[in-house]
Amino acid sequence: MASIRLIARLDIKGPNVIKGVHLEGLRVVGAPGAIARGYYEQGIDEIVYMDVVASLYGRNGIFGIVSEAAKDIFVPLTVGGGIRTTDDIVGALHSGADKVAINTAAIHRPEFISEAAEVFGSQCIVLSVEAKRRAPGRWEALTDNGRETTGVDALEWVERGEKLGAGEILITSVDMEGTQQGFDAELLRAVHNRVSIPVIASGGAGSPAHVLAVAQDQTADAIACASIFHYKTSRIGDVKAGLAAAGIKVRQ
Amino acid sequence: MIAVVDYGRGNLFSLGNALAHVGAEFEITSDPERVAEAHKVVLPGVGAYADCMDNLKRRGLAEPVCDAARRGVPLLGICVGCQILLDAGEEFGLTEGLGLVPGVVRRLPDPKPGDADAIRIPNVGWRPLEIIAQEPLFGGTEAGTMMYFVHSFAPVPAQPEDIAATISFNGTSAAVAIGRGNVHGVQFHPEKSGPAGLAILRRFVEHP
Repeated sequence: MASIRLIARLDIKGPNVIKGVHLEGLRVVGAPGAIARGYYEQGIDEIVYMDVVASLYGRNGIFGIVSEAAKDIFVPLTVGGGIRTTDDIVGALHSGADKVAINTAAIHRPEFISEAAEVFGSQCIVLSVEAKRRAPGRWEALTDNGRETTGVDALEWVERGEKLGAGEILITSVDMEGTQQGFDAELLRAVHNRVSIPVIASGGAGSPAHVLAVAQDQTADAIACASIFHYKTSRIGDVKAGLAAAGIKVRQ
Repeated sequence: MIAVVDYGRGNLFSLGNALAHVGAEFEITSDPERVAEAHKVVLPGVGAYADCMDNLKRRGLAEPVCDAARRGVPLLGICVGCQILLDAGEEFGLTEGLGLVPGVVRRLPDPKPGDADAIRIPNVGWRPLEIIAQEPLFGGTEAGTMMYFVHSFAPVPAQPEDIAATISFNGTSAAVAIGRGNVHGVQFHPEKSGPAGLAILRRFVEHP
């Protein structure tokens, strides 16, 4: 059994970590610096910062938050939300990010993915897809943190994203996001079968068993959690212990 | 002074933070003379092999790095900075490397259908090390310690004794740390591998 990466996803609005349900109804969780440091100390494998209002620059911009974090957090950091240009990517990398997650700008102009991959390498470019279930086996890709419809089929889009040079797919189930009711297993299987690059599962983790289910399905290479860590439903060590007990390789 | 070679293709911010954290006295520099004066050299690298080599040469930094290595100055290459220590890379056609460690850089093998341990490419994530040579970088690092990787290509040293650590990857063993005299390279990112990665950097910094 291959190893699984456990990711903490921090949705950021202004100076705060926030959390919604179905990407809506945002509630303040706390200060990003302290939260991220706590997760690092508990052994998180990676941190994803997602700016829900896409404000990269300025005093309360996400780049400032990331550069603070990068001083004493030594695991990979991914930044998304509002990445529109290669200059934005330079800004993210100079803040200490290792990768950027791109959604809206890529839907509007898919070539942005290939341009970015050419300059920074595929390993730096994560295609972020917010998928909303529309029919059995069919999902639509949303933009602007789940606010806008696009008419784009999520499965066709991830396949195209890989061809354009994305190095990973971050797939968020808008239906399950924030519910703590488990991942959309069908969506993950469909995406994982559609691409050959690593897939990060996001949206729905409410217990160590939910995370274990995805790992056992082998439909993701990494699993992102938010609410269960933010609200201390489970600790990172508990989730990892559950995975390890089932024979899945995790970093301890 | 440790020179961290800035040729426009490294994650210098993260590496600088990590080196500061382990108490290193270092300077991020693109000045060939500063590299020539350094008592240790760190060569980072992110992106494509040919692009990295091209930038290193264009900025006049390939020569001082090679000179330093030949004079016995301890050198640590990280990620693509490790790959360019070898003779050549096979990414997008054959590109000549620095030639400090005999061997080439090849694409990782694709996963085989039905393999329960299959790893997708790019290899992104934490993988356990099989340590072959303890010194100088891995003294105190336990076998099976996980490090963070992001790569599609890996070094294939011509001489087995130049391999310091490996990972098992899609049914093969991939070299992920190399060492030849004073020249060292790690394919993983020690600056992003938590306390275990910082320990590797600390050992390079403190090694005489």
